[in-house]
Amino acid sequence: MTSHPADVIDALAGIAPGAHLDSIRNLRKQARDNAQNSYLALFAPSDPGDVPLDDRFVVATFVASLHGDATTAAYYADRLDEPCGQSVATEVALATTKGPYGAYPKGPLSAEDTPGPAYRVSPPGRACLGARRAAALEHVHMLVFHPRDSSPAHLQALLDAGWSTTGIVTLSQLVAFLAFQIRVVAGLRALAAAPAGA
Amino acid sequence: MTDTTLTPTGHTPPVAFTQAELGWLPWLEPLPNADLTERHWAGLVDASRAKSPYFMLLARDPDILKFRTLTDKDIFYNPEAGLPRAERELAAAAASRFNGCIYCASVHARFASHFSHRRDDVQRLLDDGVGADLGERWNAIVAASVALSATPPTFDTTHAARLRAAGLDDHAIVDVINGAAFFNWANRLMLSLGEPDLPAKG
Repeated sequence: MTSHPADVIDALAGIAPGAHLDSIRNLRKQARDNAQNSYLALFAPSDPGDVPLDDRFVVATFVASLHGDATTAAYYADRLDEPCGQSVATEVALATTKGPYGAYPKGPLSAEDTPGPAYRVSPPGRACLGARRAAALEHVHMLVFHPRDSSPAHLQALLDAGWSTTGIVTLSQLVAFLAFQIRVVAGLRALAAAPAGA
Repeated sequence: MTDTTLTPTGHTPPVAFTQAELGWLPWLEPLPNADLTERHWAGLVDASRAKSPYFMLLARDPDILKFRTLTDKDIFYNPEAGLPRAERELAAAAASRFNGCIYCASVHARFASHFSHRRDDVQRLLDDGVGADLGERWNAIVAASVALSATPPTFDTTHAARLRAAGLDDHAIVDVINGAAFFNWANRLMLSLGEPDLPAKG
């Protein structure tokens, strides 16, 4: 049985009850509580629907690792009961880069197009993870690093690998939520470390 | 039923950042109206969102939509203390400009203009990008939002110190963090599940 902290952002950012940022965060109590509710909706859903819980923790481990957040990556990896855990770690090493990059619709913004890698899961990774999870990781990489390269073809690749429309919505929310959570944690850690009144 | 993607035709994709009102066309089938249950209505939060293909697509997973919406509303609409609304919208627009979400940037640039009455400065953010000189307080907010939006994030103590030096207290800095971070959520949904449409002027 997976247990969940009362406030996972506080847990990951190292904010103790009663700390300065604990009270600061309470100014936006609804945002704080619903960030936690969002986490629970994704990682302790009443009904996992089209996306099994194990898939969610594979994706979360991958997303947090690609963001270079070792604490958050370990948090999700610890909840992963997965024979392919080592494959995920290997894929992270192959997939790591820096974003955002990608292309704009052709026109004046094309001058800002920034090339970058289109990641493909390695053959050994695919063998362990299977086609469905491999397709998810490839999509996740794009969402993390170069979301402006999105197209219907990317969604078709997920459908072809066995994802449903509703499953793609859940997968997209999962990655997008983590992009939020990881940044709130990063911001709060830096704020806590910045000397006050500097 | 086999699920399929949708490929919009006959619309005008915007090719520049703009404060104009854009449409948004989904690449996957939104939930049909007839399929809305009580749980879906709860997920939509505002019943008027049943008219939006974006929210109707997200309504396929109603619980996360609901909590996402409630998070969003408190970060941007809660009037109590913290950062003025205009500058929360600036953080959202800056993150969207940096990630390349033309749709999200249009909405939040428009709100930033509305609340700040600095439409020309907001337009320079859109036209010239996140390096535009908007005065130190806005520059500090844009730089912080961009650093937080980088993948991996590069936001560090120097960004927090610069925000403090620009006059932001810790409540306001948390609003910058929440606002920019939230748009890393929104941008990825808007960019990857559909595309913007520039309606003909009429």
